[in-house]
Amino acid sequence: MNPAVLIASIYVFALAAFLGYQVISRVPPLLHTPLMSATNAISGISLIGSLVLAGAVHYPLFAHILGFVAVTTATVNVVGGFGITDRMLKMFGKRRPDATATAVHK
Amino acid sequence: MTIQTYFMEATYLLASILFILALKGMSHPETARRGMFMAEAGMFAAIVGTLVGTQIVTWTWIIAGLSLGSIIGAWMAVTVPMTAMPQRTALSHAFGALAAALVGVGEFVVKAAEMGTVTRGALGFEVMLGALTTTGSLIAAAKLQGVIGGKPIQFRGQNAVNLLIALAMVSSFVLFWMHPEMVTAFYSMLGLAFVFGVMLVIPIGSADMPVVMSLLNSYAGLAAAATGFVLGNNVLIIAGTLDGFSGFILSVLMCKAMNRSITNVLFGGFGSVIAEAGQASAGGVMREINLDDAAMQLAFANRVVFVPGYGLATAQAQHAVRELAELLQDRGVTVKYAIHPVAGRMPGHMNVLLAEANVPYSALYEMEQINPEFPSTDVAVVIGANDVVNPDARDNPKSLIAGMPILEVDRAKSVIVLKRGQGRGFSGLENPLFFKSCTSMLYGDAKSTLSHLAQAVQRV
Repeated sequence: MNPAVLIASIYVFALAAFLGYQVISRVPPLLHTPLMSATNAISGISLIGSLVLAGAVHYPLFAHILGFVAVTTATVNVVGGFGITDRMLKMFGKRRPDATATAVHK
Repeated sequence: MTIQTYFMEATYLLASILFILALKGMSHPETARRGMFMAEAGMFAAIVGTLVGTQIVTWTWIIAGLSLGSIIGAWMAVTVPMTAMPQRTALSHAFGALAAALVGVGEFVVKAAEMGTVTRGALGFEVMLGALTTTGSLIAAAKLQGVIGGKPIQFRGQNAVNLLIALAMVSSFVLFWMHPEMVTAFYSMLGLAFVFGVMLVIPIGSADMPVVMSLLNSYAGLAAAATGFVLGNNVLIIAGTLDGFSGFILSVLMCKAMNRSITNVLFGGFGSVIAEAGQASAGGVMREINLDDAAMQLAFANRVVFVPGYGLATAQAQHAVRELAELLQDRGVTVKYAIHPVAGRMPGHMNVLLAEANVPYSALYEMEQINPEFPSTDVAVVIGANDVVNPDARDNPKSLIAGMPILEVDRAKSVIVLKRGQGRGFSGLENPLFFKSCTSMLYGDAKSTLSHLAQAVQRV
């Protein structure tokens, strides 16, 4: 990595950290579980690194297999993470309790 | 640069902006869902951009991974019950960290020779953080799921052993950093990081899980950010850093809510110390109350506050408490819920459970909001919570949880405590609240007790 790229990357890191602090401090404790699940899904963006490893260039088979496992776990996080976050947020969206009591007693 | 590369970079920029807007949306329940749609769109754009912009030669592994991952992910999204949310989240920390670690190993396999010192440093961080978060999160998930006991696993000289492992791991890292041709150094770093992750989490008790979950969240994010440094990819740096900082902020909040430092949680071995301390008993007797009397108290109260704890989750009593609350509201009782920041096993655990049971979020109150209201509360109903309502934390400077902010339930006119049995809570601490004259105990499974209470209230 040449120094200019490194410095640019450090800028990006520092600014993202600052912005993250500002934005995330405003999330109410009410939504801390969905927040954790959402940031988890978002950091599943490491999927794009895995995609390159799994399919790009003429890498050895071992690298493709590592890439395949990484693509799988990252996709689980993206799909599962967004799915579950949405399920949780849908519950918080309800303004009043359901009169018909849809409670499921398992 | 080709037009495809420009397109790819454009999708990355778009994704970064959408991710930030998504987290901004999280500041309110009404805007949170819309925010997540933006994040999903950003993620989709970045994936398409990558597939267009990189020279993909083999599609087999990509398609296999994407389909398998989507199936597992979708299955988890649909089937995981809200009560299992802590385990699910721990598992997803493990998956995210594993992806980062594997990408790191892959990069090492194909490009170790051409890496500069800076890239190698970032790669080392990525692999170490990724590997230790993977095994640490798996242990946390196993503890939360009850596969292994929730009690801390400790032995003599544990901290010394852990320190040695950490030193060995860091030495391997330095060795690899200086001599990239030493394959053994890289793989021993990887192996030691896996071991260190296990060692880091086994001595931590279940009650400290909210801190551990947040820390692992932070590590998983930082591992992804390190991947961004290795690949020179800004969207990875941004998304990973956001995740890392979110976890870090949550860890700090959780520690504050327990009045403990992060080092104390990680190396303190909370549970065992207390067992040795052999607590002088608080004295007095616990007064039991029968269902009808409790129902009477609730039905004729003006203000009732429910205080849920982890016991609510284990008993799956969230629907039962909401039904009881609705009956009381129909009788004109004002009902509120008091949520301690570390109630349950992860940040926000109780809020999610109660939201699942259709409790409107306007009825959920944070500790600072509700504490001034306890003196004017007629009945406080504690459901499977213990340490978060222990007045010793406030009154007894010698207590092991001294200084931990609590829900001041003991200031209410009367308190009903729903408890599984007469034993002590998870931390093993005696709770003087249970011996107060205004307190009465209702033993049994929280879910059935609450539904019986509801029936009794209907008869009043």
